[in-house]
Amino acid sequence: MELILIPLLSAALAYGAGQQLNRSLAFALSLVPGLVALALGVHSIDVPWFSDDIRLALNPSGWSNLMLLLTNFLVPVIVLAGWREGEKFSLQVALTLFMQAALNGVFMAQDGLTFYIFWELALIPIYFLALLFSEGDRFAVTLKFFLYTFLGSLTMLASLMYLYSLTSVGDDGHHSFAYSALQAVELSTTEGFWVGLGLFLAFAVKIPLMPFHAWQSDTYTQAPAGATMLLSGIMLKMGLYGLFVWFVALAPESLHYMLVEDLFDFRDLIMVMGLAGLLYGAFIAMRQSDAKRLIAFSSLSHVGLIAMAMLTMKSDGVNGAVLQMWVHGVNAVGLFLVVDLIERRLGHRDLEQMGGFAKSSPFFAATALIIVLGTVAVPLTNGFPGEFLMLKAVFNTGTGYCGVLAALTIIFCAVYMLRFFQLAFMGPEKGSLSSLEWNEKLALLIIGAAVLYTGVQPQIILDMVQSNTDSWLNAIAESGGILS
Amino acid sequence: MNLYILLALPLLGFTINGLFGKQLPKFVVGALASSLVFIPFVLALTLWSEVKEAAIVSQPFTFLQVGDLNIEFKLMLDRLSLIMTLIITGIGTLIHLYSMAYMADDAGYYKFFSYLNLFIFNMLILVLGANFMMLFFGWEGVGLCSYLLIGFWYHNPDFGYAARKAFVMNRIGDLGLLLGLFMIIQHFGSLDYQVVFSEIAKVSHPQWVYTSIAVLLFVGAMGKSAQIPLYTWLPDAMAGPTPVSALIHAATMVTAGVYLVVRSEVLYTLAPMARDLILYVGLATSLLAAFIGLKQNDIKKVLAYSTVSQLGLMFIALGCGAYSAAMFHLATHAFFKALLFLGSGSVIHGMHHEQDIRKMGGLRKAMPLTYVTFLIGTLAISGFPFLSGFFSKDEILLHTFHHSPWVYGLSVFSAGLTGIYMFRMFFLTFHGTYRNDHYAFEKVHESPILMTLPLMVLAALSLSGGLLNLPHYLTHSHSEALAHWLEPLFVFGDAAVHVEPSTEWALLGVAVSVFVIAFVWMRQKYVVQGRVAENDDQMSGSAKLLAHKFYVDELYDSLFAKPLQALGTWTYRVLDRKGFVAFTDLMGKVTHWKGQTLARIQSGNIELYLIIMVLAAALMLGIELFA
Repeated sequence: MELILIPLLSAALAYGAGQQLNRSLAFALSLVPGLVALALGVHSIDVPWFSDDIRLALNPSGWSNLMLLLTNFLVPVIVLAGWREGEKFSLQVALTLFMQAALNGVFMAQDGLTFYIFWELALIPIYFLALLFSEGDRFAVTLKFFLYTFLGSLTMLASLMYLYSLTSVGDDGHHSFAYSALQAVELSTTEGFWVGLGLFLAFAVKIPLMPFHAWQSDTYTQAPAGATMLLSGIMLKMGLYGLFVWFVALAPESLHYMLVEDLFDFRDLIMVMGLAGLLYGAFIAMRQSDAKRLIAFSSLSHVGLIAMAMLTMKSDGVNGAVLQMWVHGVNAVGLFLVVDLIERRLGHRDLEQMGGFAKSSPFFAATALIIVLGTVAVPLTNGFPGEFLMLKAVFNTGTGYCGVLAALTIIFCAVYMLRFFQLAFMGPEKGSLSSLEWNEKLALLIIGAAVLYTGVQPQIILDMVQSNTDSWLNAIAESGGILS
Repeated sequence: MNLYILLALPLLGFTINGLFGKQLPKFVVGALASSLVFIPFVLALTLWSEVKEAAIVSQPFTFLQVGDLNIEFKLMLDRLSLIMTLIITGIGTLIHLYSMAYMADDAGYYKFFSYLNLFIFNMLILVLGANFMMLFFGWEGVGLCSYLLIGFWYHNPDFGYAARKAFVMNRIGDLGLLLGLFMIIQHFGSLDYQVVFSEIAKVSHPQWVYTSIAVLLFVGAMGKSAQIPLYTWLPDAMAGPTPVSALIHAATMVTAGVYLVVRSEVLYTLAPMARDLILYVGLATSLLAAFIGLKQNDIKKVLAYSTVSQLGLMFIALGCGAYSAAMFHLATHAFFKALLFLGSGSVIHGMHHEQDIRKMGGLRKAMPLTYVTFLIGTLAISGFPFLSGFFSKDEILLHTFHHSPWVYGLSVFSAGLTGIYMFRMFFLTFHGTYRNDHYAFEKVHESPILMTLPLMVLAALSLSGGLLNLPHYLTHSHSEALAHWLEPLFVFGDAAVHVEPSTEWALLGVAVSVFVIAFVWMRQKYVVQGRVAENDDQMSGSAKLLAHKFYVDELYDSLFAKPLQALGTWTYRVLDRKGFVAFTDLMGKVTHWKGQTLARIQSGNIELYLIIMVLAAALMLGIELFA
């Protein structure tokens, strides 16, 4: 509960401080929720909300803990360096902290409606951040983003309501939105498919999976860096988290649904969507010269693999996917930060028009290289263990060709990430960068340290989530879901 | 002793020089880096007798534990990894010393040494790892260092491109290796060498499993050890400073593929089809690279193609099942190729960054020490009797002869080409008349002692390297020391070779004659007749084809790079922009009027709106909590 109230309070304080709000103060405010949670633990809550059957139920479990770590680790980094100091700084920070509260709620929700409310709540600050501070035709871009995600949310609500109506009636004479009750509902395959589809759409848009990605690259590219970091670093994980926790685990029956008789079921479709996004994002990233758009498409490519791995329903694949959610969050924030630090100084982010920064800013180049290597998944950086587990699971699950095609990512990613690094930091000097501010250096250091530490000790993250994953997989198996 | 110390020292060097090297005097940087490679060399030597008894295994730490899969950080020093460790740290030390002089004027001096130490660290992980995952760590780690060092002079975009090319081509190989690891886990449930190899030795799986894994691992080896079709990165890798070429792209990293196959001896013995593939790929690579080497005029490019060709020879040996012969050639090649590269570096240093052998000539008078040591290297690689290369190459040829006459014939032919391109380069560089108008002969100078000392040590090793594994026809008491040393590690062992002593002498005769022909021919052409390699525009027909490396780079470019780029552009411009995004925009337009109305209502009030919203949300929660 404190993880929601404190950020809301901080948001109010930050906004109230107005021009008095400086960088250190904002950073301190954003750190408080995480520190309090670390010191006192996270308290769960389960009380009636609007009515008896709609409850405010927040209870962190294994996965939630990791997602809370992600949120309350990355939000301070974003506050530290994601926003440029200026007239609207306090508003940006306030909205970011508001977002922190909503995200914490999403990841702790143990009740369908609580989940939905926080899910929608998280959309509001990011919507305003994008609308107020985007470049270019900000209204069109934000509208596209809003429409897409909103439509997804509606289908999710419909599915949740339907599930609710099927839950067994408790002693109090009500159906229930409680996660366990929703999970206990047994559906026929066809029924499950429609329920699952409604849930799936909400998450597929947010992740995004192909072909629901059309909002992504424009929004990521045109939104201010801080908003892009929130979107790609954390909000995207709402989609991935939801994909497994609120779709696969709630409606595993749907995965059997045959779209082409005896050949191709719903699960295969999602796998293919993931694979398509993986390749599509990689192809485009290889040719982009807008650095921010390049990172946006690389993100599309990476989340495609995470979705595939989740759908393997194998312990190593799903655990690898959760690990990679953390890793992708850290790396995406890191990469967008790197791009923004350059853009702040050059006024543009055209890769063809930059180069040689390693000479003027060796520290910047070194930390950027570490983040790039993490993204390329070089061993002993954070990208490797998760990618290894995911590719192994995809490769060993049924369709081998899927695994081989997915594994092409290790080549493509090296191509576009090294091209990015090469064009920006190596080669002849084209303009030099003024030195980094303390907050920018600190943010890079934090991200770099996280990249290396997770790379050497991935087990710490895996231990947080593993028993949780396994119990889900067992529950799915018992409910007659597939475990091929 | 704790094996982690061997790794910790070079890692320490990387850290210290990387973080503080800029502030330290150059001598301290270089000396620190060199000694942190030399100490592991000494430590490894002291472990010799212990390793002879039994492999030393370190305390394992968990890296990944998911479900049944348990992957550990774990090191093992056995007879094979000891040989590799000694080569890496021994030659590594010499090259570090050499670099102290070679890189003395470079602004990135400290960075260079920290990268070199990082490379040694990763290379040691590769050979000391006790499971395939550790091997993969080192494998990727050395690839990264190779990338960093090829692109060391990063202000030149071509060098940066060469670095990326090396990394990406290696990654293509790594894809094979990675899939190989997945299959190993799938079928043997572990990545630990002991577990996997003892499982394999039971021969309880169908043949295709062994063959597929063996082929996939070899794909990894193709990338790292520059075999067809993944060899084109190595010649370009010469963009890196010359000590890097000597250490990484000749003596150590590129032999990792050979090490991988030798390490997995039990697997490859059970996969004859995969071995055949290795044999033919090795043979083709050896010949192709040797042909290209005939017409290269960049002193380092000749050596690079020579390295590709010699690696091919090692894979020929592996294809014949001659694991210890491959290791023998790996060791001697490390000696003479490091020598030759460092020698070429000395020439380049003495000529102020000139690398074109057409602009050299007569250097023997100006650089006597370099000349003598380079001569020894050239003789050793060309198979001059009783030098190291002579013995190691002959052992491979013996195995090919036993395998099939035509493989033997082609291997001998390749060996002959070696002599031709090496003596061509040697005579053009050191004999004849000086041909550079832009740099006066008087200015050409011998290199400082820090550079010539390693040359002399390596020359001594190139002379005597044959002692490692003398053939039995020379001595009966100490013959084939290396083969005997490695024997206890192997499950099935080297392929047996039975030939009559008379045949064996005949084969030696052939080898010597091939050497003599190459030597006499090249001497006649470039010393007696005083010819010079032709200029690029004078070349025609086959010469042009060779000089342009059979146009393989161009072929790959139009087969892979260009189509992929076109695909990328098309995917973005057409599929994404005109497809998905345009469709979404259309949907957006439908609701556009709504949007505009909405915008007008909101504009100006947004902040107020937000505050109200936040307060309301907080209030709502608060009421529910405390009510």
